[in-house]
Amino acid sequence: MGLFDGKTLLVTGVLMDTSIAFHVAKLAQQQGATVILTSFGRTMKITRTIAKRLPQTPTVVELDVSNPEDLDTLAERLREHTDGIDGVLHSIGFAPLGAFTFLEASWEDVATAMQVSAYSLKALAVAALPLMNPGGAIVGLTFDARYAWPVYDWMGVAKAAFEATNRYCARDLGPRGIRCNLVAAGPIRTTAAKSIPGFEVFETNWDERAPLGWDVNDPLPTAKACVALLSDWFPATTGEIVHVDGGVHAMG
Amino acid sequence: MAQSTDEILEGLAAIVNEETGIDIEAVEPDKSFTDDLDIDSLSMMTIVVNAEEKFGVRIPDDEVKNLKTVRNAVDFIAAAQS
Repeated sequence: MGLFDGKTLLVTGVLMDTSIAFHVAKLAQQQGATVILTSFGRTMKITRTIAKRLPQTPTVVELDVSNPEDLDTLAERLREHTDGIDGVLHSIGFAPLGAFTFLEASWEDVATAMQVSAYSLKALAVAALPLMNPGGAIVGLTFDARYAWPVYDWMGVAKAAFEATNRYCARDLGPRGIRCNLVAAGPIRTTAAKSIPGFEVFETNWDERAPLGWDVNDPLPTAKACVALLSDWFPATTGEIVHVDGGVHAMG
Repeated sequence: MAQSTDEILEGLAAIVNEETGIDIEAVEPDKSFTDDLDIDSLSMMTIVVNAEEKFGVRIPDDEVKNLKTVRNAVDFIAAAQS
């Protein structure tokens, strides 16, 4: 018996087979889930090709979280494939290059980072809500936003907003029986991470600082935590951030 | 299943054509993906993923930056197949 027998999950953020979301989708399918992926624009073609590498090839629906029409029509378009959704993985983030230079960043660049990387959690939750079954869960991915990191700059500020958005989603979706939690992962060498200029600085000493050690090439520990939070094995947990970082967050 | 470099070039050119609309004949061995064929990083990712499927090989992300010319890609695929 699988964790997700008879359940359907909506998984955003599958780009390559190194994506954290790819491994979440794979594990969820292995646990019995029907998975629906989202992608958008020119990345649709890549996602559709990569989707074939999952145990079962899932449907891919178009969703640009910065496009109100995509959001407004999401539930209706998903209804063509499913009667309900039991979990949503939010694995979405973007900041223009300018947002990675803190003192020089323009508001336009920061606003884009905020919309795509923070507001999108609320936007996705609301868009999926008409189909969400009670007991369902939303899970997102953050990078511990309590600290000022090298390089991360306005993406770090957007992640702080994202973490606050998670708490408010937990507040407002809790009465509907829906949980909202985040996984704060250590650095993982995904396509998204490698697009951050200077990402290597995160990699250098994480493994040394982590009591459990840390492998930047292994998305599985993070994916497993996402799957656990999406399942009904955390029925009374919401607004939470689970650290999957080898223990770095707890060290001084 | 190993293919000849000509077969790989032909297959790769078809993928590039499908993604970018560039003429198959223009995808010559000495052409640079970025400088000559004007292929951006997202199109390059699409081409790489489709090449992996078509040729049954894996092209790691870290390797993609070394594939500057069409010949580099053809040689990498040929070596990976053998």
